[in-house]
Parts: sequence; C-alpha cells; structure tokens
Amino acid sequence: MDFDLMITSFPKLLGATVVTLKLLSASLFFGLFLGLFFAILRLNKNIFINKFAYGYSYIFRGTPLLVQIFIIYFGLGQIEYLRTTFLWVILKEPYWCAIIAFTLNTGAYTSEILRSAFQTIKPGIIEAGKSLGISNKIIFYKIQIPIAIRQSLPAYGNEIILMMKGTSLASTVTLMDLTGVAKYIISTTFKPIEVFIVAGGIYLFMTFIIHNVIKYLEKKYSFQQ
Amino acid sequence: MELLAFGKTGWGDELFYATLMTIAVSITAMLVGFFFALIFTPLKLSKYKTLNLVGNFYTTVIRGVPELLVIYLFFFGGSGAIMYVASIFGYYEYIEINAFITGSMAIGIISGAYSTEVFRGAIQSIDKGQFEAAKVLGINKFGQFYKIILPQILRLAIPNLSNVWQITLKDTSLISVTGLVEIMRQSYIAAGSTRDPLFFYSFAAVLYLLLTYISMKLINKLEVKYSRGY
Repeated sequence: MDFDLMITSFPKLLGATVVTLKLLSASLFFGLFLGLFFAILRLNKNIFINKFAYGYSYIFRGTPLLVQIFIIYFGLGQIEYLRTTFLWVILKEPYWCAIIAFTLNTGAYTSEILRSAFQTIKPGIIEAGKSLGISNKIIFYKIQIPIAIRQSLPAYGNEIILMMKGTSLASTVTLMDLTGVAKYIISTTFKPIEVFIVAGGIYLFMTFIIHNVIKYLEKKYSFQQ
Repeated sequence: MELLAFGKTGWGDELFYATLMTIAVSITAMLVGFFFALIFTPLKLSKYKTLNLVGNFYTTVIRGVPELLVIYLFFFGGSGAIMYVASIFGYYEYIEINAFITGSMAIGIISGAYSTEVFRGAIQSIDKGQFEAAKVLGINKFGQFYKIILPQILRLAIPNLSNVWQITLKDTSLISVTGLVEIMRQSYIAAGSTRDPLFFYSFAAVLYLLLTYISMKLINKLEVKYSRGY
C-alpha cells in the first residue's frame, strides 16, 4: 500500500471532481426539462406524437451511453453541413458533446420516470380540481406536477446516481474528469488499487450525499398521513 | 452498403464476430454475477451483523462507483494481483490474463451486485409461511430450496433480472477500452480505417438495439413460463 501516492493524488482527483460535478449538474438540469417535455408527449393522445416520444426513450435506453457519446463526438463532425453552421462551435468541444449525450440519455430515463408518475395520479384528484372550477393549466402546474415530482423522487434519485456514474464516460472523449484523472495516474504509476480507493471513495461520498438529500426531500414532500 | 460486405472488402463479418463476442462476454459476465450473488445474497440476509456488513459493503461500493473505474482497476491491476497470488505459491513468471477474462470478471462483479439486490428482494418478499410449511411437511433442506422456494423466487426475480441483463449487456461496451474486440471496439477500428465514424457508430447502436430487443422477447417468454398459475 503506497500511502504517499494516495495523499499526493487526492488533491488532483478532488480537482477533477469539479469537472464531474459540472458535467453532472448541467446534464441533469437540461435532462429534467427534456424528460418533462417527452413525458408530456407520451401522455398525448395523438398516436404519432406518442410513438415518437416512445421511440426516443426506447433508442436511448436500449443503447449504451458510450455509443451515444461516440456518435455525437466522432460521428456528427463528419457531416460537412454541420461544420458550416453555428452548431459547430458547440459540437467541436468534447465538453459540450459529453453534456449533449448525457442530457439526451438522462432525458430518456427521466421521461419514463415522469410518465409513470403522471399515470399513477388518481383521476379523482384531477376531477376534484375540475369540479372546483380550476382551469386545466392550473390543474397541471399546481396539482399534477407537484404530485408527480413527489411520486418520482425515489426513482429520480437512482437516476441521479446512475448519471453520476455515467459522467465517467466523459474520460473516453479526452475530458479529464474524476475517472479520466484516475486512469491517468494509474497508467503513469501502475498502482491501480491505491488510486481506485481514493477515486472510488470520492464517488461513494457523492453517492452518499445524493442518497441522503433525496431521502430528506422524500420525507419533506411526503403526503400528510 | 459495401462497407458491410462480408469478406475482405467490407466489415460485415468482423462486426458479426464482434457481436458474437459481445453476447459471449455478456453471458459470461451474467453467470459470474450469479456466482457472486450466490455468495453475497446469503451474507446480506444473514443474522450476523458482520456478515451483513460484508454483503452490504460489496453491493454499496460496486453500485456507487462508476463501471469504467472498476474496469480500469481490473485492467491495470488484474495481472498484478494474479502474479502476487502466484508468487505466494512460488511461481514468479510473468502472467498475462487475456482481455476476455478481465472484461467478463469486471462486468461480472458489477452485474453480481445488482443480481444480489434482486435476489435479496425476491427472497424477502416470500411469505415466511412457505418456509415453515415446507419444514412441517418434512421436506429436506435441499428440496425446500429447490422445489419450493426457488420457483417462487424466479417468478419474482425474472422481471428485475431482465433489467440486470440489459445493464450488463450495455456495460460490455465499456470493455472496449481494454482492447477486447467486441461491437464497440470493432466499430472504433472500422471507423478509424474508413473515416466513417457516423455510419459505424450508428450501426453499433442498431446492433445493441437488436440485442436488447431480441433478449427482451426471450425473457418475456421465460416470464410467462414462470408465472403460470398466477
């Protein structure tokens, strides 16, 4: 056990954690909106809109995240037309490519979580709102969304943890996130176990924090029994 | 389309073998995972706190750490660890483990953590009376487990195990970083030599979709078989 290496690599890995957290928060932020958008499409009665939203979530949940990142980072650059548009400013950066891939991926999972949450809302609650003369818009924003958020909290907490682990794939497109730096240190020192303990410890610590925050929120927003 | 031709002109046969490799790694990893689940599920359900601790440590650590990091640990540390163990027995030659074994071990340990949770949940949701009734009828321990408890566990566990299978199948794409030629690695090679990454990575995505689709169909059949009588 090389304790010196563990101590010297800790600040480096902690610095890389900032990159991981940035990737995670950006993709969760955009992914939540994307997920909500597609969940609403899934509830639409029009069969084409419905099928489109289902296809999106099926494709992104059925393929590995690594393929998605590679298509966006290596693949899209191949389209000549894209290189001339303003999109190229974003797509040539691995950082943004990773965020786009993560957003699309977590959006697909989030849309499934929110869809099932919307579907578990009892029709009676919506009917009660209607009979009180509340407009459909307000029923949606003030009744359905808060209940759906409460319903989906446990599943969404899992999704946050899965996404945090997913950000490690950013290291495959040259980004130096926590896993990227850990791999770099391992391949220069050939001490995999020491580095794994430190980097894994940081990841576990983040998992622990996320888990407890979600638990707190679940308690806070639980229904009055 | 000529890019996918079989033989020397295209990448069709290479990608076909790569797909078989992905399937082989996934199945091996899933079986390794079952083996780990077989060890750690009893530990998690044990009456003894220390055994619980060991079981919880395994599932918490593996499920809280990125798959890629676990794979790097095995890739860089695997042969070192084997050589260390061999040196205890007096063998000092260089040992190299091939990418297939490293990969399926790494993915297997990850999939094992998820399988353990699935089996633990399934066993805990079986009514206590079932165990007691089996005991009262004088069925031996072996018969109790294989004829009474296991069929019930399988019914409850198969839907969740199918999720574990999907996760395992998708995780195998990460082994490409160790150089094992499965779908992802083969697409990477093909994309590099033809300069057509968009086509090959999209094709890889299609192959993964096909694999998940077919396996879902097969698992649904199993599900029907094990939920007879419900």
